[in-house]
Amino acid sequence: MTTLTHLQRLEAESIHIMREVVAETDRPVMLYSIGKDSAVMLHVARKAFHPAPPPFPLLHVDTTWKFREMYAARDRLAAEPGIELLIYRNPEAVELGINPFTHGSAVHTDLWKTQGLKKALDRFGFDVAFGGARRDEERSRAKERVFSFRTAQHHWDPKNQRPELWNLYNTRKHKGQSIRVFPLSNWTELDVWQYIHLEKIPIVSLYYAKERPVVERDGALIMVDDERMPLAPGERPALKRVRFRTLGCYPLTGAIESSADSLPAIIREMLAARTSERQGRVIDRDGAASMEKKKQEGYF
Amino acid sequence: MTGAADSMPQDVADYLSAQQRKRLLRFITCGSVDDGKSSLIGRLLYEAKTLLEDQLAVLADESRRIGTTGGELDFALLLDGLSAEREQGITIDVAYRFFATERRKFIVADTPGHEQYTRNMVTGASTADAAVILVDARKGVLIQTRRHSFIASLLGIRHVALAINKMDLIAYSQERFTQLCREYRAFAESIGLVEVTCLPISALQGDNVTVASERTPWFDGPTLLEFLETVQIDEDRLQRAPLRLPIQWVNRPSQDFRGFAGQVASGVLRRGDAVRIGPAGTQSVVTRIVTRDGDLEQAVAGQSVTVCLREEIDVSRGDVLSHPDSAPAAADEFEATVVWMHEQPMLRGRSYLMKIGAKTVTATVMPLKYKINVNTLEHLAATRLDLNEIGVCDLELDRAVAFDPYAQNRATGAFILIDRVTNYTVGAGMLRFALRRSQNVHWQATDVDQAGRARLNGHQPCVLWFTGLSGAGKSTIANLLEKRLHALGQHTYLLDGDNVRHGLNKDLGFTDADRVENIRRVAEVAKLMLDAGLIVLVSFISPFRNERRMARSLVGDAEFLEVFIDTPLALAERRDVKGLYQKARQGQLKNFTGIDSPYETPENPEIRIDTTSVGADEAALEILRELQRRGIVAGE
Repeated sequence: MTTLTHLQRLEAESIHIMREVVAETDRPVMLYSIGKDSAVMLHVARKAFHPAPPPFPLLHVDTTWKFREMYAARDRLAAEPGIELLIYRNPEAVELGINPFTHGSAVHTDLWKTQGLKKALDRFGFDVAFGGARRDEERSRAKERVFSFRTAQHHWDPKNQRPELWNLYNTRKHKGQSIRVFPLSNWTELDVWQYIHLEKIPIVSLYYAKERPVVERDGALIMVDDERMPLAPGERPALKRVRFRTLGCYPLTGAIESSADSLPAIIREMLAARTSERQGRVIDRDGAASMEKKKQEGYF
Repeated sequence: MTGAADSMPQDVADYLSAQQRKRLLRFITCGSVDDGKSSLIGRLLYEAKTLLEDQLAVLADESRRIGTTGGELDFALLLDGLSAEREQGITIDVAYRFFATERRKFIVADTPGHEQYTRNMVTGASTADAAVILVDARKGVLIQTRRHSFIASLLGIRHVALAINKMDLIAYSQERFTQLCREYRAFAESIGLVEVTCLPISALQGDNVTVASERTPWFDGPTLLEFLETVQIDEDRLQRAPLRLPIQWVNRPSQDFRGFAGQVASGVLRRGDAVRIGPAGTQSVVTRIVTRDGDLEQAVAGQSVTVCLREEIDVSRGDVLSHPDSAPAAADEFEATVVWMHEQPMLRGRSYLMKIGAKTVTATVMPLKYKINVNTLEHLAATRLDLNEIGVCDLELDRAVAFDPYAQNRATGAFILIDRVTNYTVGAGMLRFALRRSQNVHWQATDVDQAGRARLNGHQPCVLWFTGLSGAGKSTIANLLEKRLHALGQHTYLLDGDNVRHGLNKDLGFTDADRVENIRRVAEVAKLMLDAGLIVLVSFISPFRNERRMARSLVGDAEFLEVFIDTPLALAERRDVKGLYQKARQGQLKNFTGIDSPYETPENPEIRIDTTSVGADEAALEILRELQRRGIVAGE
């Protein structure tokens, strides 16, 4: 008797989901956010279709406000053989010069990410988009299906989801409808870190602790990643040993003080950690049910 | 996956190696809000230290504002994921929760307890290895407990924990606990749930949830968590089952490589194995089991792999790989249990898309056999299935699929039904068995025929179909007639309704649907005997015209004689030889013909016997004369 570990079962399930999408839909795409969940998702995709490369492109919906190191990692990946990486920036947000400082995090996220994603999918004609979201991240995710349908306007209707039984996924959709597919639905944050460790998956070094210049804003440590970050008169970035549990736009991503500079150290810190990873995300604090609201509006 | 051996602190190394051995259990919790189900899961998450500080802070805040536990942490709030339901205080769907202990990782499917229950619970149960069924110790085993248990059993869950909650409110009474266990076990056994563990708990106080309670010293069983950490994971059983690998996708990146990708549903596949590809039945040999981490010598149930075969044979999505000596059957007509999941009812004659494994076919719904009252488990006649109803029907597919009965293999016996217009998943089903009519059963030509047998017998065969109320005198007259025919040297056989129900039809009840099946089977048997050259006397109430018509068309009009034993209800009831009318009047017998189930009088029987004017002997003679008149039996 060979027993499969929980990670082996999670991996096999994710592979099954990805193959279903490729076998049954026309134009899938994998959303690539450069974070650890994207890294795991891409790693699993490579396994699912080996020896072929993943038979779909990656899509990065850019906001122009990611960490510089994320852009470097993205561009390295784009240069790898067998990888087709598309980059999309919402022209409206480009034109209006949307940024989190003058427009606030809500408008910034809506125009760059929510509207940007919708426009990107429409522009390229993708009918299915893989996302790295997990059900343990946030309460409204716990009830979202693995195959989550969006109207032609990209709206999510949580009360009208299709029942999902066994491993039989119904991928049929109407013209104009699209599907968000979450192959990592059943993974937890700890699973993701363990998997990265076991599989030696490269991740952006922002996840590892290092001395970085930060300022404190509303109780969050924000890294001053480039000269666009406005400083108050007399404000000086302080060098602190910090790392990030989650990555996004640098002005909206809080760092934690940490000395964990290796995967085992991160995992050890996690085991002792008493806060959830989304805590570092400024957008989640916009309102009690903010993620659910954003999703209904089309945020991934 | 291989472990990394970087230099790392010993505690983390130990931790990671423990993690590597950790296995996954999926379970479902069933019970209504009042049973304390959400509180129980909340407590499991809390005690497993899955809740983090910021989540706890939000929880504490919400407990104060909208909680129902007087300011204490209200774990139920934790599980109400969507804001709409938080406001209404109800959960509307299936939510999945995650926690882990030293030994296992758990995925909990949490389903709400209101009217959408059946749909949601079926969804949650479809992937569960075990079920935790909650009852309130004060209320005991309720109708809903039976419903939860039935659905768990229907969906193939083999291990059940009955968590008798709120023990604190009955002063941890051992007597009450023992009584509830006994009551539940008797019921569980009757629906095929044998692996039952009963636990006395208090979700609110934490008794026997993760720690053995001092307040139940009389209880020596496991805590709920110990149960979850040790209960058998279904995957172990699946590995011992015959090999099934449904092919999801054909991987053909170049001329040099052609692999078949899929997740092993059951059994073990080894390199070098001879395999059969169903439903076509072609055979080949596995040359490679490919993964990105290197080729494997073997793959077991649960693994996603890519397989290369020796021959260039046609294999496509939806085919199923198996070993040649334990291949799944292929068929295009099934009897199936269907759970309906949509407001628009399932209707007879309608066709739906059916996804089974990686195959999607068209399935047409044939007449419903019955639906099941999930509260009483009664079988009821039905012509449609409404939302949240469960029924048994025949399905006719547009092509054959490889399958196993669901009870043997969940992966190859489960299917969903999809509406072609709305694309909604409208039904979920479990295959029971393939129907005889299936195209894979071919007729075997034989040389000796009915006419030849009739010549040898010296008489023509026929079917005499006696119909009439219970106690009308059918069996008495048929018996007398058979004696007379026998004395004349005729080859006969008497099929009696009561007798057949002891054997061939002992699985059938007295609902309308079962009566239909009862008649169908008897008509088929009569037809075989007719073919064998016999004079077949069938003595069955057969109350419905439709079914007598079916029997007639099965047997053939020319050789079918309907004999109506016409006895008025009042007279039959007065005789009441078997005491059945009395029972029916007292309500002890349901669906009794003439009392609460109709008898449809034959319109044009070949022979009608009025028992108010002729005796049984006289009636038998009358029928014999008719047979002679028709030239079936030689005249005197």
